[in-house]
Amino acid sequence: MSLLVSIFAAIAVLAGAFFFVAGTLGLLRFGDTLSRVHALTKADNLGLGLIVLGLLPLADSITDALKLVVIWALVLLGGTTAAQLVAGAVRREQDPPS
Amino acid sequence: MTAWLLDLPLALGLFGAGAATLAARSLFGAVLGFISTGLIAALVWVRLEAPDVALTEAVIGAAATSVIILYVASRISGGASAPAPPPIAQRLLAATFSVLLAALLAHALQALPDPAPSLAAPILKTMAPSGLGNPVTAVLMVQRALDTLLESAVLVFAVFAIWSMAPERRWGRAPGPAFIAEPQGPLAFLAKVLPPIGMVIGIYIAWVGADAPGGKFQGGAVLAAMWVLPWIAGLTAPPSISDMRLRLAIAAGPLVFLIVGLAGFAWAEGFLAYPPGFAKPLILLIETAMTLSVAAALACMIAGPPERRAQP
Repeated sequence: MSLLVSIFAAIAVLAGAFFFVAGTLGLLRFGDTLSRVHALTKADNLGLGLIVLGLLPLADSITDALKLVVIWALVLLGGTTAAQLVAGAVRREQDPPS
Repeated sequence: MTAWLLDLPLALGLFGAGAATLAARSLFGAVLGFISTGLIAALVWVRLEAPDVALTEAVIGAAATSVIILYVASRISGGASAPAPPPIAQRLLAATFSVLLAALLAHALQALPDPAPSLAAPILKTMAPSGLGNPVTAVLMVQRALDTLLESAVLVFAVFAIWSMAPERRWGRAPGPAFIAEPQGPLAFLAKVLPPIGMVIGIYIAWVGADAPGGKFQGGAVLAAMWVLPWIAGLTAPPSISDMRLRLAIAAGPLVFLIVGLAGFAWAEGFLAYPPGFAKPLILLIETAMTLSVAAALACMIAGPPERRAQP
């Protein structure tokens, strides 16, 4: 049982780390701002989500597990808002409101 | 024995972020480097098993300070002329002194006896009467209460200094610039959704400081962010700087601390001593007042002095 949990945790955390690496690569290599924002938010949402998913079965208590989920939800909220703000700024720069 | 796998990238990252901050071509790039340095420093503190310091570094060093200098950078970059870089001789001199200081610190660290002298054991032994479970909070509120009192007074003076930058005719207005509201925008959405959650988290972090990493500065900074967010989104206006309630909120921490400290003359062994049996409730009272003060003072520092209001 505990071996299964460990395997599940390792796979989920590694998958999350993969998304972070991919997102960072996208941030560095993509040509325009909107694509870079896209890469970054993928890393935040999926990468952190998978890492939290992997850590959930290892949490000591329900409260700790709940805290992990809340952290993920708050990062989602913050990341989404920041992405929207950056995208809005790009749009205003490209065709300024007359 | 695989700890270096984590520690080596962190140490290199800290140096790299510091170097990137210094070498940055633009003001904005330098600020981003500074934010990265603060975030990596917070992780380094976690690795050094100092979560209290890590929280403070993240919340004050990386977050609150960064907001202030980011704002300043965006303000001065709009000016007529960029300030000329200092002459090369001055920069070389500054670099020499910085390297010298770093070398001295490294030498001092290497010269420490092993094990390093520590007061941790006697403090853990004398902690019981305070009723606190977190030794860091016990040191801040019992053994070094005077330092904490002075620290809380510094916040009040910092707000004084910032407010005194206001021109005479704007004295008594609300702090900071006015932000244009975009009611359907993402920032307004965040400013409506996040504060109720953030306030609970801020109060929780301040409350849990008695027994676990956390405390008034960390919790207060989160509360300050939740207060500033609706200002920046243009949903609410900050109170006027001559509003007595705002001034009282900023001064509450040192005021309550000082009253409890002076009461120590009458009820306990002297200044800043707690009467036996009442240590925990008194510390909680001070911590509550200081959380309020940290939140109000940080919010006012981020907002800045009263400025010309933007035309809607």
